[in-house]
Amino acid sequence: MAGAASALFLLDIKGRVLVWRDYRGDVSAAQAERCFTKLIEKEGDPQSQDPVVSDDGVTYMYIQHNNVYLMTASRQNCNAACLLLFLHRVVDVFKHYFEELEEESLRDNFVVVYELLDEIMDFGYPQYTEAKILSEFIKTDAYRMEVTQRPPMAVTNAVSWRSEGIRYKKNEVFLDVVESVNILVNSNGQIVRSDVVGALKMRTYLSGMPECKLGLNDRVLLEAQGRTTKGKAIDLDDIKFHQCVRLARFENDRTISFIPPDGSFDLMTYRLSTQVKPLIWVEAQVERHSRSRWEMTVKARSQFKERSTATNVEIELPVPSDATNPNVRTSMGSSNYAPENDALVWKIKSFPGGKEYMLRAEFTLPSITAEEAAPERKAPIRVKFEIPYFTVSGIQVRYLKIIEKSGYQALPWVRYITMAGEYELRLM
Amino acid sequence: MSGHDSKYFSTTKKGEIPELKEELNSQYKDKRKDAVKKVIAAMTVGKDVSSLFTDVVNCMQTENLELKKLVYLYLINYAKSQPDLAILAVNTFVKDSQDPNPLIRALAVRTMGCIRVDKITEYLCDPLQRCLKDDDPYVRKTAAICVAKLYDINAELVEDRGFLEALKDLISDNNPMVVANAVAALAEIQETSAKPVFELTSNTLSKLLTALNECTEWGQVFILDALSKYKTTDAREAENIVERVTPRLQHANCAVVLSAVKMILQQMELITSTDVVRNLCKKMAPPLVTLLSAEPEIQYVALRNINLIVQKRPTILAHEIKVFFCKYNDPIYVKMEKLEIMIKLASDRNIDQVLLEFKEYATEVDVDFVRKAVRAIGRCAIKLERAAERCISVLLELIKIKVNYVVQEAIIVIKDIFRRYPNTYESIIATLCESLDTLDEPEAKASMIWIIGEYAERIDNADELLESFLESFPEEPAQVQLQLLTATVKLFLKKPTEGPQQMIQVVLNNATVETDNPDLRDRAYIYWRLLSTDPEAAKDVVLAEKPVISDDSNQLDPSLLDELLANIATLSSVYHKPPEAFVTRVKTAQRSEEDEYADGSEVEDSETPSHAVENSPPPPGKQPGVSPAPPAAPAPEPNLLDFGDDSVDAGPPLPVLLSAATAEGLQISGQLVRRDGQIFYSMLFENNTQIALDGFMIQFNKNTFGLAAGGPLQVPQLQPGTSANALLPMVLFQNVSPNPPSSVLQVAVKNNQQRVWYFNDQIPFLIFFGEDGRMERGVFLETWKSLPDSNEVSKEFPGMVINSLQVILDRLAASNMFFIAKRKNANQDVLYLSAKIPRGIPFLIEVTAVIGVPGVKCAIKTPSPEMAPLFFHSIEALLKS
Repeated sequence: MAGAASALFLLDIKGRVLVWRDYRGDVSAAQAERCFTKLIEKEGDPQSQDPVVSDDGVTYMYIQHNNVYLMTASRQNCNAACLLLFLHRVVDVFKHYFEELEEESLRDNFVVVYELLDEIMDFGYPQYTEAKILSEFIKTDAYRMEVTQRPPMAVTNAVSWRSEGIRYKKNEVFLDVVESVNILVNSNGQIVRSDVVGALKMRTYLSGMPECKLGLNDRVLLEAQGRTTKGKAIDLDDIKFHQCVRLARFENDRTISFIPPDGSFDLMTYRLSTQVKPLIWVEAQVERHSRSRWEMTVKARSQFKERSTATNVEIELPVPSDATNPNVRTSMGSSNYAPENDALVWKIKSFPGGKEYMLRAEFTLPSITAEEAAPERKAPIRVKFEIPYFTVSGIQVRYLKIIEKSGYQALPWVRYITMAGEYELRLM
Repeated sequence: MSGHDSKYFSTTKKGEIPELKEELNSQYKDKRKDAVKKVIAAMTVGKDVSSLFTDVVNCMQTENLELKKLVYLYLINYAKSQPDLAILAVNTFVKDSQDPNPLIRALAVRTMGCIRVDKITEYLCDPLQRCLKDDDPYVRKTAAICVAKLYDINAELVEDRGFLEALKDLISDNNPMVVANAVAALAEIQETSAKPVFELTSNTLSKLLTALNECTEWGQVFILDALSKYKTTDAREAENIVERVTPRLQHANCAVVLSAVKMILQQMELITSTDVVRNLCKKMAPPLVTLLSAEPEIQYVALRNINLIVQKRPTILAHEIKVFFCKYNDPIYVKMEKLEIMIKLASDRNIDQVLLEFKEYATEVDVDFVRKAVRAIGRCAIKLERAAERCISVLLELIKIKVNYVVQEAIIVIKDIFRRYPNTYESIIATLCESLDTLDEPEAKASMIWIIGEYAERIDNADELLESFLESFPEEPAQVQLQLLTATVKLFLKKPTEGPQQMIQVVLNNATVETDNPDLRDRAYIYWRLLSTDPEAAKDVVLAEKPVISDDSNQLDPSLLDELLANIATLSSVYHKPPEAFVTRVKTAQRSEEDEYADGSEVEDSETPSHAVENSPPPPGKQPGVSPAPPAAPAPEPNLLDFGDDSVDAGPPLPVLLSAATAEGLQISGQLVRRDGQIFYSMLFENNTQIALDGFMIQFNKNTFGLAAGGPLQVPQLQPGTSANALLPMVLFQNVSPNPPSSVLQVAVKNNQQRVWYFNDQIPFLIFFGEDGRMERGVFLETWKSLPDSNEVSKEFPGMVINSLQVILDRLAASNMFFIAKRKNANQDVLYLSAKIPRGIPFLIEVTAVIGVPGVKCAIKTPSPEMAPLFFHSIEALLKS
């Protein structure tokens, strides 16, 4: 890294400094506050601002979480990706400590906040952001002991994410395979983009330093092992691993081997860009009778096997902002008018495969309209759903081997679920 | 695990410091600890608790780690303000650095390095030396960073004490975290040192690549960033390095991925095998695409970098254009960057789909995004010849929607399309002309006029169209005036009939005699000369065939691009500027005043392809040897006699108040100005008499504001033919005139040689607006409501045009009128501002205008409505200038 942060600021929603840590003594709090309040005032909505701004020779990078802004200041050509990601990690650390990161919790715990800021970054270089290990030697009041602590071995170990000496009576691992379907359908009904982002979410309750090995139905691996891929083998486009996975080993022989952190973490994420059939297809027809009423007819169709069922389906239908008096009928589920989002939300608790449901809505439009109305927001139809026991990719966990020198037997539990991610269908 | 530290913020106000002092010296441990917490709480909210220095430092020798950390934190904050007392802490530091607990040893070294007091620095050396060789890696990794801290304070000391060698030794440390921090420290030192400190040999390279597999994610970033500076010797070595770095592309940490990409791209330069290169490109594409699922801020950094990468290696993402399609909920800064990349990746193969997207975006609500989408269509037309026709038909469809800013933006890009494909698409001109009346932005107007002039012979009523613009010639912005001039000349050369002949007379007259814009005048004179000496030559010059423009799609200069690619993931790659353009951390700490990328938009603007066209109108038949004149604004006469002591006055010349003719050779110029929150009378005395003048004195008559001299007038003896500046501080409410408000200031000046001279000056009302005039939105509303309607006064300025809100707001802010809020009322923008005159009298200001359309309404509400006429007079001058 060619440079590092000069200071880290935690600001309130108005841009005033709550707590800050000066790492290099070349940016003052007043200076940062001035720049940031200027930024907020100028745009009103800082979320529309570039997250990297320069003012008076200082570069500020910031993110927002609840009613708090986290911001770094720097005078050097520092690694922007690294510092922004670091800010997100700081949020994770604070959330681990205070359950929620907000102005209140920072005030209530300012002593710990200072201690953490001292530990996670030194001279503007990110040092250590494993919340679980940090909380072994930086504790909040309730857990503080007078005995002097030592840094856990993990802080400087090659295995920096797990402490030694963890004990469980029952050794268990829960593995959730979660796939999110992202889809974008344009106003001609064409699928412009579709991909699947999957994550293997793990919760481990294992004693000692367990060596784990995970087997998937990864085509590259199976073919390398010379197995016939008569079962379903899949191609994963881009795999990202938690830092516990030995990347060099994976590169060599596609083996996923690791010593897991304790508790929950994302072992790996992957992406499939093969075109998938939209699991739930929504068609809406709109009739606008200017100055009197607005009608919409919506068809929702589930396009997966009958033995699967989508649950908690929510279809958000955009409605003109000046529409009133909704009159809605549905063949299944319930609807809810949410004028604050200019939307009608259609909820279907259970939506089995191969079914089609309908919704008809009628709204009243005002009889007068502005002469030169601003263009209407063209929000897309958005869909949320979950399909348990089902993955789009067909990924399968073939085995999860857990070996620990004490030789205990661990129980792995595996679950599969598919969810809607960014699922957008533009209105025709 | 929620704490209750907030209680430490609420301390009794009275006698806080003495109370804390007492508690800090309490015999009870717990009480002392609480007191330190209160001190830190006070420090956190910005109170100055430096006076407790000794008492806090006394609490330093404690077994309690938490308390120790707090005292250390206090020291970091206040040691600089109490350098002499800071020495008290040294003993404890030295002792702590030998504590059996590694946490405390590391803490001591870490904190000492943050105390930037020279005296302490010397004492830091011995503990640092020990800690660099500590048994515990946690201490060593902290000490490694501490060397960089020390180097920042005192580089010589680091070199003399051999710390650099010790740091280099740490590269071979068996602990990966220590290695990573040593690398970060060395890389930073190398940055500021002229000597070669950190030379990467193939030996260190291999050590670092091994450490890469084991260190924390942040450590991996340090190492990859340092290694990207490594100069590879041959293709074999490059391939080896790449092979060992490629697995990092699978890391979940985006910063690791980007740094790995940087390293691979660097090494690819040397790799000769096309197969290997193709394979690497294939490997890099998926990780780059996955970056777009990260948090929006990181997406933004990734997109700025991808922008660079596709310029260098377009093949990597050639098939991935769809992932850059905007999602509805993407933040606007992400959408803008995606658009930029979509243009870069657009090809004959995907253009249909891309155009569908652009069309979709062009109907969204965010005006900037919509404009950019329209412009993107034009840029694709220029880039892809075969798609140009389809692009144009999309633009025409958009024009039909009749959204004002879409139409204007479309006309601007269509002009560029005409310049790229001359004589191909004129059939659409008729459609464009239909929108003529709705154009109110200078650039759009200028573009349309250029089109009319360029194709005058094919537009039957070209003369009528141009004539309609001519009526308002004097009021048009310079950009439009220049275009009108050129277009009229073209029209005349193409159709030398009576109508155009008359028009050209009018234009040339307007552009030479009636204007004070030197660019316009020069260009008009050149045309005039050309036309009057040799009309045929004029034709050859003005109507000459112009070079076809090409699409640069914001291509950066190749050498700059390479430099930026070497800086992937850093700010340099986000700004698209080399590091030296913005890094201000110089040893001499000379702070730069420039505010270059304050809102990032500049970076954006400087890239649009028609950039040259934006600032200066399209080149009217490029005459050889005639380069566009420099920007307008007549430069003030440099004041040659100014000796520098009054350099603040080097602004525009002061208005003459007393001319040499009336005052027997003495000339006085002057103006009331506000500087640093104070009012001054800035004056210039010129002695054109034959004798030396001295003993200048000044007096002011009673006036509305009670302005009077705040000190004696200091003018040295003036020799004949010389002049002197004076800056007289002014005070208020001294001799207030009971008469109705007036801006007249009557001044009397005398000297030892002449009689008393009287003259009148105008008080610019705006100088009374104080720097403290900013109001909270809530306060503003309350004040507005609390004042009766009779206190509201408004005034219309029918001829005034506001072309840019930001320019106006900046100008108002410069006069201490502070922006509170903005509201849209139909197509009008309503601005609210606040200001305060002395004695805390607020001025609430409301400005209503339609951008680019003449007519501004200004209303104020204030407890002193009688001042309104003075205010309006001043603000009119300010807005018009």
